Amino acid sequence: MTDLALEKPRSQWADVWSQFKTHKGALVGLVVFASLIFFVSIGPLIWTKDPTFINPDAATMIKTRNKPPSLEFPLGTDQLGRDMLARMMKGGQVSIAVGLVAMTISILLGTLVGVMAGYFKRLDGPLMRLTDLFLALPLLPLLLVMVLLFRDPLAAAFGPEGGTFLLIVSAIGVTSWMQAARVVRGEVLALKEREFVLAARSIGTPSRRMILRHILPNVVSPIMVAATLGIANAIITESALSFLGLGFPPDFPTWGRLLFDGAEYIQNYPQRVFWPGVAISLTVLSVNYIGDGLRDALDPRIRGR
Amino acid sequence: MLTFTIRRLLLAIPTLLFISLIIFLLVDFAPGSPMSQIPLTVPPEVRLKIIEAMGANEPVYVRYLLWLKQFFVVEPLVLWDHWWGTNFSEGMQRIVSWQSRSPVMDIIVQRMPQTLTVIGTSYLLGVLIALPIGIYSAYRQYSWFDQIGTFIAMIGFSVPTFFTGLVLILVFAVNLHWFPSIYDTSLRVTDWESFLKQVRQMAMPVMVLALYNAAQISRYMRSSMLENLGQDYVRTARAKGMSERVVVLKHVLRNSMIPVVTVIALGIPSIFGGAIITEQVFRVNGLGALLIGAIQGSDLPTVQTLTFIFAVLIVLFNLIADILYGILDPRIRYD
Amino acid sequence: MKMKTALLGAVASMAFAPAAFAERGSDGNVKVLYSQAVSIMNAYLSSGTKDVEVGSLVLEPLAGFDEVGAVFPRLAAELPSFENGGISEDQTSITWKLKEGLLWADGTAFTADDVVFTAEYCMHPEGGCAQLAKYEGVKSVEAIDPLTVKVTFTGPKPNPFTAFVGSTAPILQKAQFANCLGAAAPTCTDANFMPIGTGPFMVTDFKVNDSVELAANPNYRDPAKPTFATLSVKGGGDAASAARAVMETGEFDYAWNTQINPELQAQMNSGGKGKFVSGFGTLVERIEMNMTDPSPDLPEGERSTAKHPHPILSDVRVRKALSMAIDRSLLVEVGYGEAGRATCNLVPAPAIYASPNTDCMMQDMAGAKALLDEAGWMVGADGIREKDGKKFKMLYQTSVNPVRQDFQALIKGWWNELGVDVELKSVDAGVYFGGDPGSPDTFQKFYADAEMYANNFDGTDPEPYVAGYTCNKAPSPENQWQGENINRFCDPAYDAMVAELIQTRDEGARAALIIKMNEMLTKDTYTIIPLVDRGRLSAHSNTLGGVVLNVWDSEMWNAQDWFRVK
Repeated sequence: MTDLALEKPRSQWADVWSQFKTHKGALVGLVVFASLIFFVSIGPLIWTKDPTFINPDAATMIKTRNKPPSLEFPLGTDQLGRDMLARMMKGGQVSIAVGLVAMTISILLGTLVGVMAGYFKRLDGPLMRLTDLFLALPLLPLLLVMVLLFRDPLAAAFGPEGGTFLLIVSAIGVTSWMQAARVVRGEVLALKEREFVLAARSIGTPSRRMILRHILPNVVSPIMVAATLGIANAIITESALSFLGLGFPPDFPTWGRLLFDGAEYIQNYPQRVFWPGVAISLTVLSVNYIGDGLRDALDPRIRGR
Repeated sequence: MLTFTIRRLLLAIPTLLFISLIIFLLVDFAPGSPMSQIPLTVPPEVRLKIIEAMGANEPVYVRYLLWLKQFFVVEPLVLWDHWWGTNFSEGMQRIVSWQSRSPVMDIIVQRMPQTLTVIGTSYLLGVLIALPIGIYSAYRQYSWFDQIGTFIAMIGFSVPTFFTGLVLILVFAVNLHWFPSIYDTSLRVTDWESFLKQVRQMAMPVMVLALYNAAQISRYMRSSMLENLGQDYVRTARAKGMSERVVVLKHVLRNSMIPVVTVIALGIPSIFGGAIITEQVFRVNGLGALLIGAIQGSDLPTVQTLTFIFAVLIVLFNLIADILYGILDPRIRYD
Repeated sequence: MKMKTALLGAVASMAFAPAAFAERGSDGNVKVLYSQAVSIMNAYLSSGTKDVEVGSLVLEPLAGFDEVGAVFPRLAAELPSFENGGISEDQTSITWKLKEGLLWADGTAFTADDVVFTAEYCMHPEGGCAQLAKYEGVKSVEAIDPLTVKVTFTGPKPNPFTAFVGSTAPILQKAQFANCLGAAAPTCTDANFMPIGTGPFMVTDFKVNDSVELAANPNYRDPAKPTFATLSVKGGGDAASAARAVMETGEFDYAWNTQINPELQAQMNSGGKGKFVSGFGTLVERIEMNMTDPSPDLPEGERSTAKHPHPILSDVRVRKALSMAIDRSLLVEVGYGEAGRATCNLVPAPAIYASPNTDCMMQDMAGAKALLDEAGWMVGADGIREKDGKKFKMLYQTSVNPVRQDFQALIKGWWNELGVDVELKSVDAGVYFGGDPGSPDTFQKFYADAEMYANNFDGTDPEPYVAGYTCNKAPSPENQWQGENINRFCDPAYDAMVAELIQTRDEGARAALIIKMNEMLTKDTYTIIPLVDRGRLSAHSNTLGGVVLNVWDSEMWNAQDWFRVK
């Protein structure tokens, strides 16, 4: 401890990074996640097949249906002879983007509501009743109403693809923040009575700083769990949404959708469900390990141990 | 604590009324109509007549007030009559489903058993598996046990239930012939034989749901335990020479339960809500299947009644969670 | 195919011979799986085909349709005709003679009063009867004597076999339903769930939208039938798993409407536990062309109305080109296999009404391109056709359904090849078919350039079906977007033919007219582009005998003849 004062002061983030590096799982997760991003963003520039292309010539089309992996189709083809590799890449762009953005929205909303409700007694009642309301609302009619109200205005403002994306991420975000909010609130309620918080308060720390410096860092771990679970949830929900006509156009591949479509063919062509299933699981696993590493790295008690 | 509970219960009444109004307006406003499943061969004039006969063409506020009256006056009276053999509810119109033209409450009562046994068992099993796994994973962080647990939990959560259900059916019903792929709601458990039958038909849906629930809860348990294992009081307790067992299972566990209790309390009402996809895959036809069928058929009375009961349970269990917080951590006070 | 059916029939009847000696209830239990669960047993309050079909195990009409679509007597002693005087010369009335000695399941006598009551029940103005169309044009129903019923129509009725014919118009027991008239109809829960009938089975337990338990009717008119003592109907789930339960795990004996993709059919056939049966009725999957402009730039209330003709699709050459680009046999191969066949007709059956038109069968990409060139739509710089600075862009919508999404993708590919920019949209089936005037996504509102769905007509008389395409039946804001003329097709000549058809009584002349109208909608104007004549595909286990698939009436029409193959 005494040596520390003699050493050159290090920035906090360098500290975090050096701790993060020691976490093997987190590093592997980071590499896997980066390669997934690379696969879906740079991949289509290298593998330039059109993911929705169907051979207009019937005879050729029939011949290229449900092909196993080959040089021409490295991941095989689907029931209409569309290239699975191209579909996986195109679909991944949307699935990863939807997963991350929707998860972020839901975590931000959940944390905000949870912290506010837990910390400020006056807000607790109203905010938690709002949470109850959202928990009770039947999801399907809610989503259908959202489409009815917002699809056309959003499409007019941001173009059909941008509008659909916004609609989907906000639909998922707005309908999935409640669990995070309840969990965070519970933690905050307990934290609020802890000695260090009472001490900080007794020296007159303003609420804003209390929350940012003392409360938030201590609720990071349940938030991280909610975040990793949230990504998986968002990717799967996206595919469910397209079945309500809420999602992207029906020929637009996303991982969730590929998995759902492939389920019908699982006995004859198991690779159809294998690829999207592996992709979704890898995304979730890698994010989970990154989250684990981040939490350890951010925790000053573990850092430097 | 008692005054808090009473105050919260009283406050719950206007909250629930407000929620019921929002749900009603939402379901009513949603696109879709009770005519969506009637064959296209039925001409438009006849469709209009059917809608009139259902009363679905009345203004929204009339239907909402009618539903309130039916739910809070007629249905309790019917229940009263049923128990005491009186006939106060004679001639009163109960809440009637548009799809089957039968009282919604009767259908709910009819479906309660399979939902509670299948979904309830799977939830209980999920919690029972999740807690030890979460605790041990955290205690031995990054051990093999922890790594495998993490892996299975993440797979369990990222693979949707329709898919796990399908895989189980193909493996255990089609190939091995161990379990039936379709749940028989008419089965009565009377002897050992029929009990085994019941266990067999519950096996697959319970597995699917237990995996999903255990995956989620074990993650919260693990992270919360980890958070607490690093705290100063743990060091103090160990320094005092307390046994490892007491430190982990008494002090750390108790302090780690708050997020877990929250998640479990949020999950219990959903037992009643049923598991929509799993129920459909295995044809358990419980409350989840009832709700989704009613939503698809825009059966407003059924959707409204089911969601409202669901809302009551949510409010109730969130209240219970709040009370448990106070027991787990006496420093938390509400007054 | 004919030969095969005949052979199958022979095999079935031979296999049936020993069973004829069987006693009632000697074959135990038979399990039937419906992928849509049964909500109610009373066809008049039903919310779908599944209710009518399972209800038909209990409630029977006076006459039904057999597997080739011919009317045959069930509760009637014989079919009324001109020869036996049952149908009056001027076609304004029909007189039914009932079988003698018929009993309801509760042992009371079945009389003409029950028939009269049934008409009263369904025609009650406040009852909300779902099968009211069956009783359209009925002026009065009277009991001449306990075994004779006379139905009088408001005018000449060339097809008098509507009321009391087919599983959608069964006879209810007066004693049971007497207090259920009009507004009281939905309150009779017990009667609606456990109706007393004359059919081979009676309900012993009913679980809404889940399962129905039935037992053999002790008073059924044939003392040797049904051979099964009990019948269980389970509902819910999806078609693929229903087929699996019969074909692969063998848990069920019969699965209704197991519409699955051809590859899965082949896979399940190899399961060896059962077989698929298919039959063709009048269900046609088609693309409807919007004759009016669905542009979102138009003010609400004028979109997709007759005020604005479609800027692109109003030209018949364009519509024809779009049809020529489609390879229908490939669609069948991908989507339906055995259970579908390519068609160019809106009315594919019965044979006398079916046009011999086959001009759409061959895909003609070159011809389609030439036709578009001729119409003035030239390929632009980006490969999209344009005319007078306007791009050829289309929105093509349908309901959410895996086969329909495959069709959309395939057809989009072909239309892209023509140089047409196609945007696809799929809508939740509940919204699409719901007809809610507040939703922009219903198929009636048709806020798209082309849309796909399937439709058919009830029974064997296509008159109401083809009569739906008159100018005044176009959905519009004035009629809350209700109406059968989805395309907003409007041709005075067609309206005149509809008027003529209603007056025509000669069978041959009617058939000629219907064929002409069908061709007018399809090959003359390409307003409707028929794709696939969709058959019914159901599955039954190898141990269930006597199954004859009937697409004209309930699939359960001959459940009394089913037996266990030993």
